[in-house]
Amino acid sequence: MIIHYGYADGSGEYYLIVDTDKCDGCGRCVEVCPNDILELAPDDYGKVVVRVKDEFVNSIGYICPACKRRDERCENVCEHAAISYSW
Amino acid sequence: MIVAGVDIGSLTVKAVILRDNEVVATSTLITGDDAATAAKTAINEALKSLAERGMSVTLDSLDHIVATGVGRKEVTFAHEEKTDVRCDAVGARHIFPSVRTVVDIGAESCKVIRLSKKGRVEDFTANDKCASGTGMFLDVLAKVIGVGVEKLGELSLKAKKPAKISSMCTVFAESEVISYIHRKVPIENIIAGVHESIANRIFGMMNRVGVEKDIALVGGVARNVGVVKALEAKVGESILVPEGPQLIGALGAALIAAEACGTA
Repeated sequence: MIIHYGYADGSGEYYLIVDTDKCDGCGRCVEVCPNDILELAPDDYGKVVVRVKDEFVNSIGYICPACKRRDERCENVCEHAAISYSW
Repeated sequence: MIVAGVDIGSLTVKAVILRDNEVVATSTLITGDDAATAAKTAINEALKSLAERGMSVTLDSLDHIVATGVGRKEVTFAHEEKTDVRCDAVGARHIFPSVRTVVDIGAESCKVIRLSKKGRVEDFTANDKCASGTGMFLDVLAKVIGVGVEKLGELSLKAKKPAKISSMCTVFAESEVISYIHRKVPIENIIAGVHESIANRIFGMMNRVGVEKDIALVGGVARNVGVVKALEAKVGESILVPEGPQLIGALGAALIAAEACGTA
């Protein structure tokens, strides 16, 4: 299952995209997130995968693009390329 | 075997009661500020209509209750909670087994869900950050235009040339609508423009997840025929709308409850 966390508004599209079929729930991304917006939780079919915490879904556009310059970010540490961004 | 599904939306609570997988009662009421009480009242309301037909069931004697919607976590008396995405998918597939894309436009959020051939959720996105593309957008603009929100659909069908609403932001769209009113643009054209604006917004989300036929539109806004037509024109496909589109999430929850009891 591919889940688009985020939103589109007048300034652009801000989605953090998780492919739960690729995610193995290792939690590396959760550890490196400097803003602590990720967590591991069971999805609708009971598989434990990474997700964006509810309280951050609507502020991804203010938080996440700042990580562009970091080498250690969720997208890069994932060995399975389960995370991608729309920005 | 009697089970209930209750969908606690941001504006209304919907309850669906199933008896041996058959819908026997439904109810819809305003959520208010207490989700748990509203959920209980909605189920009791539905049960009351059952009692009138000689089927006496109490909340406690329901075999299984599944809660969904934004307020689902507050419904502590439910046996289980399921995400609205899952419930929408199950509910829509139950009515239209061929559905692959479910669009849900509620009062304060919209969702697009793409399903596999077997009905598993493959891809989805939701927006509850911004009012554009939701029922609240319609509500605000209906007030400005001065017609009831339930009349928008029918009125928009008379439009000859939809007035273009370029702002995605509800606040700015409101001032655009006001300037059209000042310029004496016929209200049906303005309303059709508002519907087009919602369709554009939803279409953007549909493109993000990828559209597969058949497409179903659910949620309260699906009762507005103008939005359905505008979305059909934008997507270039016909769109299925179930009877009582606002109940689909609650229906899905009830079906999941029935499955948990081993009857589905």
